[in-house]
Amino acid sequence: MLWIDCPWCGARPESEFRYGGEAHIARPDPATTDDAGWGDYLFMRSNPKGVHAERWMHREGCRRWFNALRDTVSNDVLTIYPMGTPRPDAPGDEAEGG
Amino acid sequence: MKKFSIFSLARNALSHHEHWPEQWRSPAPKPAYDVVIIGAGGHGLATAYYLAALHGITNVAVLEKGWLGGGNTGRNTTVIRSNYLWDESAALYEHSLKLWEGLAQELNYNLMFSQRGVLNLIHNVHDLQEATRRVNANRLNAVDAELLSTEEVKAFCPILNTSPKTRYPIMGGTLQRRGGNARHDAVAWGYARAADARGVDIIQNCEVTGIDVEAGRVTGVQTTQGTIAAKKVGIVVAGHSSVLAAMAGFRLPIESHPLQALVSEPLKPVLHCVIMSNGVHVYVSQSDKGELVIGAGLDPPNSYSQRGGLHTIEDQMGAIVELIPIFSRVRMMRSWAGIVDVCPDASPIIGKTPVEGLFINGGWGTGGFKATPGSGWVLAHTIATGEPHPLNAPFALDRFTSGALIDEHAAAAVAH
Repeated sequence: MLWIDCPWCGARPESEFRYGGEAHIARPDPATTDDAGWGDYLFMRSNPKGVHAERWMHREGCRRWFNALRDTVSNDVLTIYPMGTPRPDAPGDEAEGG
Repeated sequence: MKKFSIFSLARNALSHHEHWPEQWRSPAPKPAYDVVIIGAGGHGLATAYYLAALHGITNVAVLEKGWLGGGNTGRNTTVIRSNYLWDESAALYEHSLKLWEGLAQELNYNLMFSQRGVLNLIHNVHDLQEATRRVNANRLNAVDAELLSTEEVKAFCPILNTSPKTRYPIMGGTLQRRGGNARHDAVAWGYARAADARGVDIIQNCEVTGIDVEAGRVTGVQTTQGTIAAKKVGIVVAGHSSVLAAMAGFRLPIESHPLQALVSEPLKPVLHCVIMSNGVHVYVSQSDKGELVIGAGLDPPNSYSQRGGLHTIEDQMGAIVELIPIFSRVRMMRSWAGIVDVCPDASPIIGKTPVEGLFINGGWGTGGFKATPGSGWVLAHTIATGEPHPLNAPFALDRFTSGALIDEHAAAAVAH
């Protein structure tokens, strides 16, 4: 089980959180986006073997969302940062996957 | 290939089984092949076998980063069924089930294929409506399916707790009698032996580290055993599709998750069928060794770590004790996780990629084992002819641009 450091409640077990998938996926304007661009937004994911930027919500605590960088091989949560801020650098931040 | 028979068994028994030949060679890679398959799991080996057996393409290498069948082929819970809702899925999985039915004879290999029946339980009115619709859809697609009442469920599998006083009472079930189990390792070994006998090179401990693309066309692969040129390449890597796709410069609609399973201590025969439940989310069968083989849902965060959280196992053990209270004191022996590639519509991707000559078979999510023969069969056709077979044409990668998804998430007789 992951141990996640909620910025408001402190370190809590993974079972208290809801996972929100990949972070920083910006919604394009549907009026000016073609099918390929829309499909890319809806379905394509980077799914890296390495550092992944992702969203979490402390469902059984403060119920607030935040972002995290996590290593998908070691499962170490590397950095916690607020939603809406750019992805920070993480130690060894070189994703192997796409 | 030395044929297995009662006579060869008896003959080798006389020499204490010390003179059986190797079942497949371990050759060094050649500099070039007509087709390179990345991944020597069941699907990859089946692809190589059907390329050789049906399409006459024998200059084929299957590259495996670890050992043959050591990935998800050796980690799944071996359930085989074809009771999918949508026409495209029913056609693909039923084709696969029909291949299973003759596969042990075709490969001359005991796959321990057992059509013991797959029972999907119904726990609420919505389940009942969904199950009724699915059974009707299955029958229209010539897939065997029966809708059972609670009493019929109890008669078929007496150890289930069908009391109306449970928290999620069993209101009935659907039964596919032709569904069941097979020995997972044997499938990989059987295909490997038969492919090897037709000239396919199976190269283990050979990890692909790069895919060579020139002017939009694949020319070969970089591996830990050197560069291997290839006219066509197939990616059949279960939990690493995105990583391989990134090597060729494109993205996939896939996220990789750990899927856990566990086995109990061996018991006398107690469960003769496969039990699956969406409502409380667990599935269980009993192996020929006597172990209960139990699985359930994904761990939510995507990961390549091949391990999951104990809370996920706790949920499925709670469910199993609810369904079958006599299992409450059975001790669990081992648990493990495999990495499964999940598509947004819970259906696989089998076909062409944006790179010419590069094909992919992946995204099977939580249920690829059952499709092993059919998946290899259609991918071999696609690689040999350059175009998908009608069975796998709907499972093309471009459905995520066209929007023609095959949404089995809520329809596939399991919860995803």
